[in-house]
Amino acid sequence: MIQAILVFNNHGKPRLVRFYQRFPEEIQQQIVRETFHLVLKRDDNICNFLEGGSLIGGSDYKLIYRHYATLYFVFCVDSSESELGILDLIQVHLPVVFFTAPKVFVETLDKCFENVCELDLIFHMDKVHYILQEVVMGGMVLETNMNEIVAQIEAQNRLEKSEGGLSAAPARAVSAVKNINLPEIPRNINIGDLNIKVPNLSQFV
Amino acid sequence: MALKMVKGSIDRMFDKNLQDLVRGIRNHKEDEAKYISQCIDEIKQELKQDNIAVKANAVCKLTYLQMLGYDISWAAFNIIEVMSASKFTFKRIGYLAASQSFHEGTDVIMLTTNQIRKDLSSPSQYDTGVALTGLSCFVTPDLARDLANDIMTLMSHTKPYIRKKAVLIMYKVFLKYPESLRPAFPRLKEKLEDPDPGVQSAAVNVICELARRNPKNYLSLAPLFFKLMTSSTNNWVLIKIIKLFGALTPLEPRLGKKLIEPLTNLIHSTSAMSLLYECVNTVIAVLISLSSGMPNHSASIQLCVQKLRILIEDSDQNLKYLGLLAMSKILKTHPKSVQSHKDLILQCLDDKDESIRLRALDLLYGMVSKKNLMEIVKKLMTHVDKAEGTTYRDELLTKIIDICSQSNYQYITNFEWYISILVELTRLEGTRHGHLIAAQMLDVAIRVKAIRKFAVSQMSSLLDSAHLLASSTQRNGICEVLYAAAWICGEFSEHLQEPHHTLEAMLRPKVTTLPGHIQAVYVQNVVKLYASILQQKEQAGEAEGAQAVTQLMVDRLPQFVQSADLEVQERASCILQLVKHIQKLQAKDVPVAEEVSALFAGELNPVAPKAQKKVPVPEGLDLDAWINEPLSDSESEDERPRAVFHEEEQRRPKHRPSEADEEELARRREARKQEQANNPFYIKSSPSPQKRYQDTPGVEHIPVVQIDLSVPLKVPGLPMSDQYVKLEEERRHQQKLEKDKRRKKRKEKEKKGKRRHGSLPTESDEDIAPAQQVDIVTEEMPENALPSDEDDKDPNDPYRALDIDLDKPLADSEKLPIQKHRNAETSKSPEKEDVPVAEKKSKKPKKKEKKHKEKGRDKEKKKEKEKKAADLDFWLSTTPPPAPAPAPVPSTEEAGVNPVTASKDECEDTKTEAQGEEDGAEGQEQDKKSPKPRKKKHKKEKEERPKGKKSKKQPPGSEEAAGEAAREPVQNGAPEEEPLPPESSYSLLAENSYIKMTCDVRGSLQEDSQVTVAIVLENRSNSVLKGMELSVLDSLNARMARPQGSSVHDGVPVPFQLPPGVSNEAQFVFTIQSVVTAQKLKGTLSFIAKNDEGATQEKLDFRLHFSCSSYLVTTPCYSDAFAKLLESGDLSMSSVKVDGIQLSFQNLLAKICFHHHFSVVERVDSCASMYSRSIQGHHVCLLVKKGENSVSVDGKCSDPTLLSNLLEEMKATLAKC
Repeated sequence: MIQAILVFNNHGKPRLVRFYQRFPEEIQQQIVRETFHLVLKRDDNICNFLEGGSLIGGSDYKLIYRHYATLYFVFCVDSSESELGILDLIQVHLPVVFFTAPKVFVETLDKCFENVCELDLIFHMDKVHYILQEVVMGGMVLETNMNEIVAQIEAQNRLEKSEGGLSAAPARAVSAVKNINLPEIPRNINIGDLNIKVPNLSQFV
Repeated sequence: MALKMVKGSIDRMFDKNLQDLVRGIRNHKEDEAKYISQCIDEIKQELKQDNIAVKANAVCKLTYLQMLGYDISWAAFNIIEVMSASKFTFKRIGYLAASQSFHEGTDVIMLTTNQIRKDLSSPSQYDTGVALTGLSCFVTPDLARDLANDIMTLMSHTKPYIRKKAVLIMYKVFLKYPESLRPAFPRLKEKLEDPDPGVQSAAVNVICELARRNPKNYLSLAPLFFKLMTSSTNNWVLIKIIKLFGALTPLEPRLGKKLIEPLTNLIHSTSAMSLLYECVNTVIAVLISLSSGMPNHSASIQLCVQKLRILIEDSDQNLKYLGLLAMSKILKTHPKSVQSHKDLILQCLDDKDESIRLRALDLLYGMVSKKNLMEIVKKLMTHVDKAEGTTYRDELLTKIIDICSQSNYQYITNFEWYISILVELTRLEGTRHGHLIAAQMLDVAIRVKAIRKFAVSQMSSLLDSAHLLASSTQRNGICEVLYAAAWICGEFSEHLQEPHHTLEAMLRPKVTTLPGHIQAVYVQNVVKLYASILQQKEQAGEAEGAQAVTQLMVDRLPQFVQSADLEVQERASCILQLVKHIQKLQAKDVPVAEEVSALFAGELNPVAPKAQKKVPVPEGLDLDAWINEPLSDSESEDERPRAVFHEEEQRRPKHRPSEADEEELARRREARKQEQANNPFYIKSSPSPQKRYQDTPGVEHIPVVQIDLSVPLKVPGLPMSDQYVKLEEERRHQQKLEKDKRRKKRKEKEKKGKRRHGSLPTESDEDIAPAQQVDIVTEEMPENALPSDEDDKDPNDPYRALDIDLDKPLADSEKLPIQKHRNAETSKSPEKEDVPVAEKKSKKPKKKEKKHKEKGRDKEKKKEKEKKAADLDFWLSTTPPPAPAPAPVPSTEEAGVNPVTASKDECEDTKTEAQGEEDGAEGQEQDKKSPKPRKKKHKKEKEERPKGKKSKKQPPGSEEAAGEAAREPVQNGAPEEEPLPPESSYSLLAENSYIKMTCDVRGSLQEDSQVTVAIVLENRSNSVLKGMELSVLDSLNARMARPQGSSVHDGVPVPFQLPPGVSNEAQFVFTIQSVVTAQKLKGTLSFIAKNDEGATQEKLDFRLHFSCSSYLVTTPCYSDAFAKLLESGDLSMSSVKVDGIQLSFQNLLAKICFHHHFSVVERVDSCASMYSRSIQGHHVCLLVKKGENSVSVDGKCSDPTLLSNLLEEMKATLAKC
């Protein structure tokens, strides 16, 4: 079982926090901090396994982490997971899935690797969660076939697009206003402008 | 009003979305908290809007804030609102937020049940998927109970995407609602063979997770997993399965034997490091579980160690780490194989990576011997000095102590050295392990009598030195050693050089800064010291000196009386009064020393840590029995007290302590001593501690200690352990010289004599005699202590609830709760399908009937369980080259591994090793339940005594499936009934010089009208057989299932190749139209045989025979359901009689069960009713009666043709008996 997946940057700022066991928010932050301090003191060329900190798990748990430029990806797993398997997941699956699957990230690929990585994670935490959900569910590895993962994520993105996405909401609100059929106010609203003011997900960055 | 609404809507257009929020936070680095609280206010406003899009956006932002550590539980209701949005986009946001913030304490979570159920049954697979994913994170016991059935239905969803999620989430459901495990398990098991690899992988994942916690319940799945392991190519799945096997092998050694070969093959062939590593790990687990002594295991160990060495030497630190980790597992059982890599491991101690150093430390534990202990510890001590972080240093400290104290100080040859190591360790600032060092000091000083003098001198200098007092603030800090020091100096004060000096040191004002419990020990031991000083002074006639000491006590003790610690205060004031009284006496010149010392006469002996627990409960003492019966209000209660009394009356004479008992005790004591004497690891104590008590003056007569006086005994506070190393070397050198001399002399003698100490670990160890005659006092244990060493399980373990027997058939009551009470059809518990009649009945609440039924069920359950165990036994004992072959082909490679077990089981009779092993395994499996069956056995034995005796005279040649025989509880280890060697259901299909085919036809449980043909292919040639293809000519009635897209004439490829001498099993599925008649199919196996000379195309024809019996599936049936079935009158009847049968009825039934897939419903004397069911649902009932020399079988079946065919087949089987 995977107990937690943490992503934070070189300064310990959390970028993704996913616990598969309930911890109150303060404890979650403590764990992130503790984990950050544990991995921070480690050089890049030493092993990626770490016996768990005091807060999370016990002797049965291990931290398996990977440092990418500005980000640390940390998995806290128990002994039923294969250490090298999880490392593979972090090392191979996550980057590939993050950078090939969702259209959101593709646009920024021309920038250097690390920036893409961190910025995308910062601004699209929700999307990252959705991607992660296709790989790990409830603490167990759900799928390791990358084509399958990518296909499912893309299908869901298409579905979201067909619904107009979250950003289309204000426009709809306006159309709702129209339906109320008030004579004055709607006329003052230039619907065309709205789309510019409201930042669109896909246009971002 | 409307205007306001519109205005609100327009405002919303300028709401921040997630990106704006993030950007805003980044732009407000200085006043982040303030900015966020402002944002939260905005979000609260947004949540009040009716527009779901606005709410969703707000919830999305909240999820981000949650990550930053803000509690968002106040928005739980809004999250549920968003979850119930109709659009996927919003729904997904809602579920994400819920999965991040909901937990069992969230009160609104119960409102979600219906929404989730709706989403689960949504036509859109992504709605369902999102709900499943969300639920997996916040499922509560209530949700699990209410939704278990819905999720179970999803496990058979058409979309693999949903199936795999549903399968995976079942694990969470099981955890929260353990009752769901049994009803859902059959379907979960099915998913192991799901066509979609993702679903398969999920099922493997869940079962592995379950099995890891309670492995013994999953042993029966081993064959299935074995098949998966040999067929799967997905490394993730393989890793999981291999890990699972690692957990299973300790329970079933035979499984390990079966595993070794495929695992070693994988180790050789795989390129994936992760897989290689897990294989090595499991091979290690297998080797640990197997008793050593199998010659070819050393090869496996060598292979593992060699592979691990490669890992450790790799430049990749991860591999190095894992290599060391795995190495430590080997260490436990095969220390020698690891010891040869000592160089490598010591090298790792210097690694820059702390994780690696820690792992190497673990390994050191097993590397030490008498010879190198000092050297290794010295190395560790230098690391202690260098260590920067306290955690690593503390780890080193505990390791040093672990290494030295392991197995009763086995490797310590010089305890002076060890004490000085401990003293050196006290100089560590800020360690958390003061108590550990203290415990060691006490333990050594108490148990090693010879060292007390030295220990006391060291301890007194510790008491004297100031640095320990300084660190007194920290709990468990290094000052804890003062506790030990004070106690040792007090208790063994007779060894003190300058007792007066030590006394003063202990009464220093600074002592009061120590923690209370240490002060208390100080106070107590000050008196001990005082007593011994008094004694000395009085003996020397120095009355003044004695008075001076008393004065010192009177002066200094008040500082303790003022202590805030109650214990200290109490002891101190008590002792102060005592001393004052002594002072008065002394003033009158009364000698007091004798009386004061009497306070501390006698010796304290160490008590083993678990001694109390091991005191056996006296016979007849029932702690659960009432002492006073509670007041009863029913009449039946009247009988009970009498019964209790009655029982007691019976027992009493047995256990009343009497002279005889005394004798018994003495005998046992003697036996124990004997045992200890024979145990090489038991360091013998001088005369039993109790005895020594009686002759107290004899305390001094401990074996004489030779302490070399050239060694300066007291070098206070200085590192001195090093000098021991040097001394030790010299000593050893000398010893060696002496020995060499002696050896020369003895050489001739040795020729005839055997080695003296066969039991000592290594020869090199033998060479080193301990420096001192060490006498370790053993810890006291109560007489006749219970040997059991069961570790107590944590009752709070959440996984304990999942310790559920999965092999028992489902009971009616075990159904998943279904929401709609009318649509009961959705629940497909197999039980229901099997016994429809019983189901109906159970609804009538007739108590009596229920009771009766339950009895029947219990019986049935037991049988079923035994059957499963028997199946497993069968699988484990007959390896692919099937059993009926009289002697397996003695190909070299095979003879090593598999057939060894198989042939053993076949050829040897009851009381051989093989049987013992089997019994042992079964015993393990049934663990707790073993007392019960035994009782039953007795009962049954009585019933069947005449028959049992008859069966004893069975001709040894008569075959019997041991597995099937085990079905009857009587068989399981019953002395009279001879279990016969197992028989295989595999029959020879065809053979030629290349290949031998044996097959078994089984009805498929899952699919109607399908049978599975398992064909074992055994390569008998020297060539590699590949490209195997099986083509069968379909008949109108039977059709082979072929891969999609292939035509009727295409063959089905066999999914493996066969190297020379190897065999493997392939399974083919056939669809049968009508099962009422037997039939034969013609087929051909074509293959390419390739050897050094080239490849040839070969083929082998065969005829596949589907008997009617092969369409039957063993199905348990309860007697009441059986009776209903017979009464129903839908069945036609037919009968058959066979004469000249010698076989016992017991074995006869087993034979019918085995060959014709029946199960026994009820058995009365020499009459039994049996039941089975065809794959198309025909019920077949049999009544088997045994006469003098004949057997008659009456059958009833829904199809007359099927019945008559079956009876014919049965007749043929019975005629062979």
